[in-house]
Amino acid sequence: MEQIGLSGIRKAYGREVAVHDLDLTIRPGEFLTILGPSGCGKTTTLRAIAGLEELDDGEIHLGERLVFSRRRGVVVPPEKRGVGLIFQSYALWPHMTVQRNITLALEEKGLGKPEIEARAAQALETVQMTALRGRYPSELSGGQQQRVAVARMIALRPKILLMDEPLSNLDAKLRLDMRSELLQLHRDLGSTTVYVTHDQAEALTLSDRIVVMDRGRVLQEASPYEIYHHPRNLVVAEFIGEPRINLVPGTLVREGDALHLVGDGVRLPADRARQVRGERLTAAVRPENIRLSTTPVEGWQEAHLDDVQPTGATTILQVSAGGTRLRLVRPGFLRITAGIALWINFDPDTIEFFDPDTQDNVSAP
Amino acid sequence: MTSQAMGQRLRYHGFRLRNRPDLIIGFVCLVALAFLVLAPLAEIILDALTLQPYDLAYIPDGVVGSFSLFHLERVFASPLSPALFFRPLLNSLAIGFWVTLIGVSIGTLLAWLLVRTDIRCKGLLGALVVIPYMMPSWVMALAWISLFKNDRIGGSQGFVAGFFGVNPPDWVSYGFFPIVVTLALHYFAYAYLLMSGALATVDSELEEAGATCGMGRWKRLWRITLPLLMPALGSAIVLTFIRILGTFGTPALLGLPVRFFTFATQIYASINARNNGDAFVLALVLIVIAISFIWINSRIIGIRKSFVTLTGKGFRRREVRLGLWRLPLTVAVGLFIASTVLVPLAILLWESLTLMAGDYRLDNLTTYFWIGQGNVRLAYGESGVLLNDGILRALWNSLKLGILAALCNGVLGLLVGYAVVRGRGSRLSKALEGIAFAPYIFPSIALGAIYIGMFSSPIGPLPALYGTFAILVLITVVKNLPFTSRTGIAAMLQIDKSMEEAARVLGIGWFRRMARIIVPLSMSGLVSGMLLTFITAMRELSLIVLLLSPANMVLTGVIFYYQEQAMPQHSSAVTLLLVLIIILVNVLVRLISRSAGVGGLKNG
Repeated sequence: MEQIGLSGIRKAYGREVAVHDLDLTIRPGEFLTILGPSGCGKTTTLRAIAGLEELDDGEIHLGERLVFSRRRGVVVPPEKRGVGLIFQSYALWPHMTVQRNITLALEEKGLGKPEIEARAAQALETVQMTALRGRYPSELSGGQQQRVAVARMIALRPKILLMDEPLSNLDAKLRLDMRSELLQLHRDLGSTTVYVTHDQAEALTLSDRIVVMDRGRVLQEASPYEIYHHPRNLVVAEFIGEPRINLVPGTLVREGDALHLVGDGVRLPADRARQVRGERLTAAVRPENIRLSTTPVEGWQEAHLDDVQPTGATTILQVSAGGTRLRLVRPGFLRITAGIALWINFDPDTIEFFDPDTQDNVSAP
Repeated sequence: MTSQAMGQRLRYHGFRLRNRPDLIIGFVCLVALAFLVLAPLAEIILDALTLQPYDLAYIPDGVVGSFSLFHLERVFASPLSPALFFRPLLNSLAIGFWVTLIGVSIGTLLAWLLVRTDIRCKGLLGALVVIPYMMPSWVMALAWISLFKNDRIGGSQGFVAGFFGVNPPDWVSYGFFPIVVTLALHYFAYAYLLMSGALATVDSELEEAGATCGMGRWKRLWRITLPLLMPALGSAIVLTFIRILGTFGTPALLGLPVRFFTFATQIYASINARNNGDAFVLALVLIVIAISFIWINSRIIGIRKSFVTLTGKGFRRREVRLGLWRLPLTVAVGLFIASTVLVPLAILLWESLTLMAGDYRLDNLTTYFWIGQGNVRLAYGESGVLLNDGILRALWNSLKLGILAALCNGVLGLLVGYAVVRGRGSRLSKALEGIAFAPYIFPSIALGAIYIGMFSSPIGPLPALYGTFAILVLITVVKNLPFTSRTGIAAMLQIDKSMEEAARVLGIGWFRRMARIIVPLSMSGLVSGMLLTFITAMRELSLIVLLLSPANMVLTGVIFYYQEQAMPQHSSAVTLLLVLIIILVNVLVRLISRSAGVGGLKNG
């Protein structure tokens, strides 16, 4: 288990800044996900750890070893860094069999033949590909190719494991299965893992910790729970969660002791909102945190059901109250039809407030 | 900056270079190519503008090496100019114009018929139509001489005179007319290759869209298909034209006997007369003409170059129905191809089997010129082709040249491709790509002249290469570099970057990455690139004719020599031998690479 330390790393392509003075420490044995939209600098960061990207500045430590520092004149080439990397495209060599794809790197390490055989056999066994060891990559399905890429890592036993959107080429169903296999790989190897993805669900399910990046900067660095419940700014709030979080812009109004946020046709309890200049705020509510009733309830607000989208295990409801449209999620397959009236209510503890100018979270903790 | 900081900076760049083998390769290739391409060009410009030892015959009190316009004056503004410059220039331009017009028209028509219509026997015709490309360009000229030789220059007579007793007029036998016809019948294959590739990428939905707008068949061809093909057509025209400017064999065989000079043959004559300065000036003019044509082409086509005819989806190719014309056109194309391939070879075969040249009766047939022992009463005592030491040595040299050039080009193409693709976007990458393409703009004979200027004296540790075998390899490699580096770049672009990166991360060093991953994955492209270099090297004359000597004689040189010595049976037999070997090697390599599965593996 090794720690990964990034300090002040910077990379620009011409005028386009891909990574902005990023500091990040990945703890030994941790599963850390870098999450962000395409072009946010996440892949550049990952490739810099592997040594495939030349940085403009900053330092990288793998364990105790300094592997990159422009100022101190240190660049350890990728082949000497001893990290494992699973590519988005799996990067299997098309002219080699599955077996050969796994053993080539082991030979290079100077391992003895029996050791190589044993490791390859064990790796193939783990991913249940022993029967297909003689096949060429083009003769495998996407999921099987992914397994070979995993087996290559199992056999190599790197202390640091990097994964670059390894599931994005798979179909949705297979993606769910492979998630747990990748997590298993991380646990088996006990390696420090950096996982890069633009899929927030993958990030939430797999990670010990998530780093959300946008335009080369870190927006938030926290546990999945923290990121989901207390996003530090609006970009994170919108990026995380499916269906998307509801945003209600409005004005802060004091009514006696209580604070309320009054939007277009809705009123939300806003005791947790900290005062900002100008009184304008944006409230963010997760779809599952809006209470719902089909019969009138005292103190609840009336809304109109626009649309019902059952997905099986859950049902997504589109409602509108005044000029505000809201998404709601209920467990189960709801059998109601659009067009009826509903009553909704908000739980003050689950509402996060953002300053629409700075986009920062301004809720009291 | 402190010395410590300086040291660290140096250390960083040292590390960085170790980390980027493509930079080192790219830099080494760039320097080597600059030496092989740009330095010789600078050298002949310098030579053309200074007095050379051989000029002292004309200017006895001149100082060797001093600046002088003597060569320019001689070529452009002296009593010699019409013979030395203006007439060859007009001849070359006229030949270039007509051959390009006829050759590109035939090639384009054939490409359209074979790619876009329902003509019969497509596979067979498509395979046969490129055979002229594998033969030396002057095979047709040799056959023409055998057919139409008249009594103008003495010696034996041709088929027509022999059979019909009619002496063909001079304009049929020699000079402008036969040069244009024979060159056109060769270079159409080149235009065909370029145009068929382009035609295959035009989506017929674009044409059908025209049909739905009410356009007729011919209007669609004129208004939609042709404009889409303009970029390919433009480069086919320019490249064919440049090749013809630099071609030596045909104008030499059909022009020199009647003192009809083109630029290429005039350069040859000047060098033979030891007036290298004149030759250099002429070569420079050729290069300037070639560059201006490329420039004009890119200006006209450039703006519209970016047609994306390959859309990737919904791509369909609908064949044009020829209807009643289907059979007649098939026969016509078949006959045409046969006349460009089989007829000349058959004539040469017959010629090589006649005992007395010019006597085409059956009882005059002999195998003497193939397997005869030397006989003092025949052909100056030269023995038959297959027993002739000089010819066999030249054959061995040709094979050596072809194989060595192919190997060098393969390796160089791979390395240039690797450096260009890995460094994509960097200045080094662009410079390397540009310089690797540069030999394209040198007409063959001009490049030969340049190499005489550069390598006739020692350069640093390098001995004078003139007259050696090495210089033939060198110039062949350089001349073929534009093509092989294109192949290398294309092959490298097809290999996803992650193939190599995966190996790097897994701890596999550069040499092993090349040997185990890059080379095997780019093999199929490399093999066809090397095969083409081999073919070009084997049949090349224009490029190396100025550099040949008895010590490095190759088959094409031998053929030219025999023809000059009026020994048509020998030259015919050697030509057949050459064509046979080229086709044989071609078939062999394709069979081997197919059975070895090269190219059978798909990326991914």
